[in-house]
Amino acid sequence: MVNQGNIKLGVDKLSIHYGSEVALEGVSFDIREHEIFGIIGPANAGKTSFLKAINRMDVFNPDMKVGGSITFNGVDVSKVRNVYGLRRRIGVVFPLPVGLPLSVYDNVALAPRLAGQKDKAELNVIVERCLTRAALWDEVKDRLDSLGSMLSGGQQQRLTIARALSQEPELLMLDEFSIAVDPVTTMRIEDVLKELKNEMTIILVTNLVQQARRLADRTAFFLEGKCLDVADTEDLFTGEVSDQRTRDYVEGRFG
Amino acid sequence: MFEATQINRKNLGREKISRFVLGGMTAILILPVILIMSTLIYKGAPVISFDFLFTNPTNGMTQGGIFPALLGTILLVIVALLASVPLGVAAAIYLSEYAPDNWFTRAINLAIINLAGVPSIVHALFGLGAFVIFFRFGTSILAASLTLAIMTLPVVIVATRESLQAVPMAFREACWNMGATRWQTIRRIVLPNAVTGILTGVILEVSRTAGETAPIMFTGAVFFLPFLPQGVFDQTMALSLHLFVVSTQVPEMPEAVPYGVALVLISLVLLMNSVSIALRMYLRGKKKW
Repeated sequence: MVNQGNIKLGVDKLSIHYGSEVALEGVSFDIREHEIFGIIGPANAGKTSFLKAINRMDVFNPDMKVGGSITFNGVDVSKVRNVYGLRRRIGVVFPLPVGLPLSVYDNVALAPRLAGQKDKAELNVIVERCLTRAALWDEVKDRLDSLGSMLSGGQQQRLTIARALSQEPELLMLDEFSIAVDPVTTMRIEDVLKELKNEMTIILVTNLVQQARRLADRTAFFLEGKCLDVADTEDLFTGEVSDQRTRDYVEGRFG
Repeated sequence: MFEATQINRKNLGREKISRFVLGGMTAILILPVILIMSTLIYKGAPVISFDFLFTNPTNGMTQGGIFPALLGTILLVIVALLASVPLGVAAAIYLSEYAPDNWFTRAINLAIINLAGVPSIVHALFGLGAFVIFFRFGTSILAASLTLAIMTLPVVIVATRESLQAVPMAFREACWNMGATRWQTIRRIVLPNAVTGILTGVILEVSRTAGETAPIMFTGAVFFLPFLPQGVFDQTMALSLHLFVVSTQVPEMPEAVPYGVALVLISLVLLMNSVSIALRMYLRGKKKW
């Protein structure tokens, strides 16, 4: 594997099409290790498609065509034959929490089990560690056997974060994670993310411009399938940017 | 303040009418079931006894019991289920979870639905040609059960496919995102949540399999056998055919006997169904979303 310094994810002239519809075009930037990389932009900007391209979810959608390249640890993801191994290194959190129809314990133990972990004691350790890191352990430690879907919305979202962490991912991708979560829980999750940054790279897609400002080291602005700006977050928010539309967006003048 | 406007009154009137019409239709539907069951029990129950269920027919079937037919039907249903459930469930999983959505898959789905509409006598002739003659199974339990299995496959496939598709796509995507293969996702998430629907298909299949007469007449069932089948290559008697025989083919048949046979046949189907219904309710109690 080529050592590319501290670049975790290299995106080069990426384009994504659904049939004849363009979702993303000509996107190029690098995401560095141990940074929180924010992506902001209005609906239909191509943010979610971008995440799908990274962990090769395009194989499940025959209409989705990915051009250009994405490299993960220097390896072109479109040439990875073991896509399952690739996806295991990438944790994903969706906008709406998807509590799988399993107990709280089984939700978190699923990924290790899929990877072949059968040792009960080892699984116990993983489940406790991941739930603790997702700031959920104290609330659910007495009801690990109850259904994940019986938890409140905010708890379920932290459960999905715990589930993503149980993969021990190198890259964590959050897609508008706070959409169904109350502000207090959102803050707790944000604190968790700041700590997780020490161990992994995080891509944070968000509709909340201020959330990107609070968390992201660098931020990209997507609009209508194009990446208009990539800059250090503070520069993006203080006007040190090239594009007028980016400035308008972060100041709330549209979108 | 809350006086009904003209539109309110109209809607309230329609509400009453629709409730009455829909409820009436349901009542009309239940009526035949009650009539059939009560007639069968009234006329058939007197002949039901331990001897009736567990001895061979004697005196040209006018006396004695129906044990060979009862056993034959149970065997036919079991062998047919063993053949059609694994085949049907596997095919449904492929069609629902793996097959790409193109004209070929759609053609297969259409063909399966059409197979359900093929008259059972056509299945009988197919079974005769394919299993009895071509595969040289002879007229046997195996040939008859396989014919029944082919006939009921669409039921299993359609029920299974629909219950698989009722499992939300988001569950699959969450699982795939964790690095699960399609099969791991099916095995751990999709199938456990589709089992109740699959069992519904099996229930329907049991009822049809036990009741069908035409497909087994040419392929394995006989009017009368003086001995019990020893294996799947033997011929057998069956309740459905026996009912036809005692109702129409035997002179001086006591009137209660056909009713008794029909009652046993219906009870057998209800018994098999209630086992799967109980299983279904148990599993639904554990349903996860």
